[in-house]
Amino acid sequence: MSLTQADVKKVSLLARLDLSDQELQTMTAQLTKIVGFVEQLAELDTEEVEPMAGALGVANVFRDDVVRPSVAREEMLANAPHHDEEFFLVPPVLGE
Amino acid sequence: MSLIELSATELLQQLSRGDVSSRQVTRAFLDAIESRDGAVRAFLRVDADAVLARAEAIDERRAKGDRIGPLGGLPVAVKDVLCTQGEVTSCASKMLENFRPPYDATVIARLRSADAVILGKTNMDEFAMGGSTENSAFHPTHNPWDLQRIPGGSSGGAAAAVAAGMAPLSIGSDTGGSIRQPAGLCGVTGMKPTYGRVSRYGLIAFASSLDQIGPLARTAQDAALLLEVISGHDPLDSTSVDREVPSYSQSVTRPLENLRLGVVREHFGEGLDADVNASVREAIEVYRSLGATIEEISLPHAKYAVATYYIIAPSEASSNLARYDGVHYGHRTDQRAMMRQLEAERSALEKAGDEAALAQLDSPLVRMFRRTRAEGFGDEVKRRIMLGTYALSAGYYDAYYLKALKVRRLIRQDYDAAFEQVDFIIGPVAPKPAGKIGEFQDDPLSLYLLDVYTVSANLAGTAGISIPCGLSGAGLPIGLQLQSPPFEEERLLRAAHMYQTATDWHQRRPELQGI
Repeated sequence: MSLTQADVKKVSLLARLDLSDQELQTMTAQLTKIVGFVEQLAELDTEEVEPMAGALGVANVFRDDVVRPSVAREEMLANAPHHDEEFFLVPPVLGE
Repeated sequence: MSLIELSATELLQQLSRGDVSSRQVTRAFLDAIESRDGAVRAFLRVDADAVLARAEAIDERRAKGDRIGPLGGLPVAVKDVLCTQGEVTSCASKMLENFRPPYDATVIARLRSADAVILGKTNMDEFAMGGSTENSAFHPTHNPWDLQRIPGGSSGGAAAAVAAGMAPLSIGSDTGGSIRQPAGLCGVTGMKPTYGRVSRYGLIAFASSLDQIGPLARTAQDAALLLEVISGHDPLDSTSVDREVPSYSQSVTRPLENLRLGVVREHFGEGLDADVNASVREAIEVYRSLGATIEEISLPHAKYAVATYYIIAPSEASSNLARYDGVHYGHRTDQRAMMRQLEAERSALEKAGDEAALAQLDSPLVRMFRRTRAEGFGDEVKRRIMLGTYALSAGYYDAYYLKALKVRRLIRQDYDAAFEQVDFIIGPVAPKPAGKIGEFQDDPLSLYLLDVYTVSANLAGTAGISIPCGLSGAGLPIGLQLQSPPFEEERLLRAAHMYQTATDWHQRRPELQGI
């Protein structure tokens, strides 16, 4: 199937990407080609097949619930682009 | 013979006998990096002083009679996808250009406690997405056999470093062939262990159900040495399997008897280069002469593997990479400029009275996310995030993602059936030798198709190894792939070693003209 620029624009919002008009155009053409290729899976009858999300087939893995030290707050904040002594800072979320 | 020409196993013997010091060995590889890496560009970062200090510390402990770990002061290069505490770990992305992880990946911790000397971080396709190392945000890596050509990828730096004699051992990661394919294209040995064999804690995630860390080396014996150190259960990775780690380095030299090898009919079809075909067939004859029986087998869903992979891997990637939002770490867009732009858009829309567009305008937070990600990610990463987001989005989930998960099971069932019949599957790693840098720039799909022989092992969760088995007419390395059932790494390495005792392709080195 063919993707339109409007489809791709919508996906770019879902993906939290900001694509330029040029990128949007290129991406539409490339994704159309790739999606066209992966659509060959439709020719397989998989009605009775269980999906396989992982290679191991393990279920829940539990560990003992014990308190152990974790990375110190200042170390975790050190990589943040914008922070104060306690928090990660972000642009305003609510209107002024 | 100079130190950089020796195998890791030989170097380790000399180190443990005290014939050479870790400092001398490390110095020799640092010198090779100094003289060769300007042309190859396999490394992103090498801190020579820190590396030498580490080697000297191991030498001092050895001199005092302390117990030294199994890597005994050997240098190991590490793909820049593994977190090293306090040291930049960029994943070859602008997004993480200045990221200093607050912890070590488990594999790094194991290397350190085994007394490896971490030589530096190697180049890769950004976030391990790609098969050429051209998608690095910093620079491409050049194939040491022909500097105009790609080293493969995504662990292209790791493979090129070993091929060019700049590291005796290196660590890569393999999501769809990213260890085996560059190993093949650079003429070195590379293994993707079974999913769950090696802890992924501290591996920057690409596709979590497919990612696995593994060794690159000159020989299967050297790969065994490194695999033994990095394998094993880790409580910090719930997908790492609690299963005994065999002494790979001890058993690797024991040949296997009554070996049954399967040749996959579907692997020798259209698109396979004639030189690759000839070399792989010759390698199969070598095994026959070593007593193996060869059987033709079929993996009926092999032709769907690439399509399945390019739904599942991008879907997982789109979710994993959602964490790069400019909040906790990594790049953030210039907030003032972003806010100014947003205000300008708002007032223009207000002036035009375009209520609909105004209602659609990004909030400052969403705009910050979008600009940050637009600036921080390269084209291939964006493409995969878009593809994965599309495949997971409402209305398409069943047709793409769920469908791919079902075909994944069919692929696994093919393997299970094949391994009832044979011990290993033997065939090519890549359909052709290394291409030219820039060759695939405008056609991502054509590059994806080159993963045809490697992605199945990740989807099925089996193990695979790539070993050199020839040179093309143009003098480029050709790789042979052996695949085994899950957790058969021990036998797989022994099978690879058998081949390397009968042939000398793994001993061939590039001439490195002009370096």
